[in-house]
Amino acid sequence: MDNFPYLFAAYTVIIIILLVYVFSLHQRQARLRQELENLKTSLKEKSK
Amino acid sequence: MNGKIANLSLIILCGILFIVALYLVFMWVPTEANQGIVQRVFYFHVPSAWVAFLAFFLVFLGGLVYLKKRDPRWDIMAYSAAEIGVVFTTITLISGVIWAKPIWFVWWTWDARLTSTLVLWLMYVGYLLVRAYAPASQGPAFGAILGIIGFVDVPIVFLSIRWWRVQHPTPVIGGGSDAGLPGSMLLTLMVSLAAFTVLFALLLRLRYSLRQMEGEIEELKLGGGI
Repeated sequence: MDNFPYLFAAYTVIIIILLVYVFSLHQRQARLRQELENLKTSLKEKSK
Repeated sequence: MNGKIANLSLIILCGILFIVALYLVFMWVPTEANQGIVQRVFYFHVPSAWVAFLAFFLVFLGGLVYLKKRDPRWDIMAYSAAEIGVVFTTITLISGVIWAKPIWFVWWTWDARLTSTLVLWLMYVGYLLVRAYAPASQGPAFGAILGIIGFVDVPIVFLSIRWWRVQHPTPVIGGGSDAGLPGSMLLTLMVSLAAFTVLFALLLRLRYSLRQMEGEIEELKLGGGI
């Protein structure tokens, strides 16, 4: 059990990196969806 | 709609596989006699490296087909795979460093396997930087060339433990007569490999759709004079 802190650290780091990446994908998706909506709206208004 | 169902199916499959993998890693598989409990890092360290290799193979393939056909879908696939490959190479490097300390008594050693993996990481970080700063018209071609050249390092990383005397353990699968894993360890590794591969497929789908959206926004901006 001497090595347990290293095992804990390794799995914690792996999980944190994966969660941060998935969260960043989610954030980027929300931002891009919003930007796309805004662009479509402004283009519609421009063409009127 | 089909895309959403596919994503949901992958999320459910991925969740089930990771739950089974974590159960096998922490509750079922026996502790390795020489290294002790820290050897369990192996079951996520190796699949991370496998996913990184798979991702960089797709960057290589996407680059080749893009240069031949100039079809942007291949470039989107290559770019998405490169980003995910960098994430999984980061996981491989960091989990390896943490595993090394109690076994080798050092965090890092400049042996062929570790150094070539670090070079691999640097090359694909370079790929992402080139894509971020190159003009939009030239980025895909530059990226394709870099992705093809960078892939040369993948077989070097893989074969380094066969070609040179290294600190890193010799291959446990296909490594000769004295190599091999007991059945329980092999099964745990296979389930982890499956979980990581499905996670990769899911992340690739998500990143691909984001890249498409980025392209759509660029086109709207150019077309609408915004």
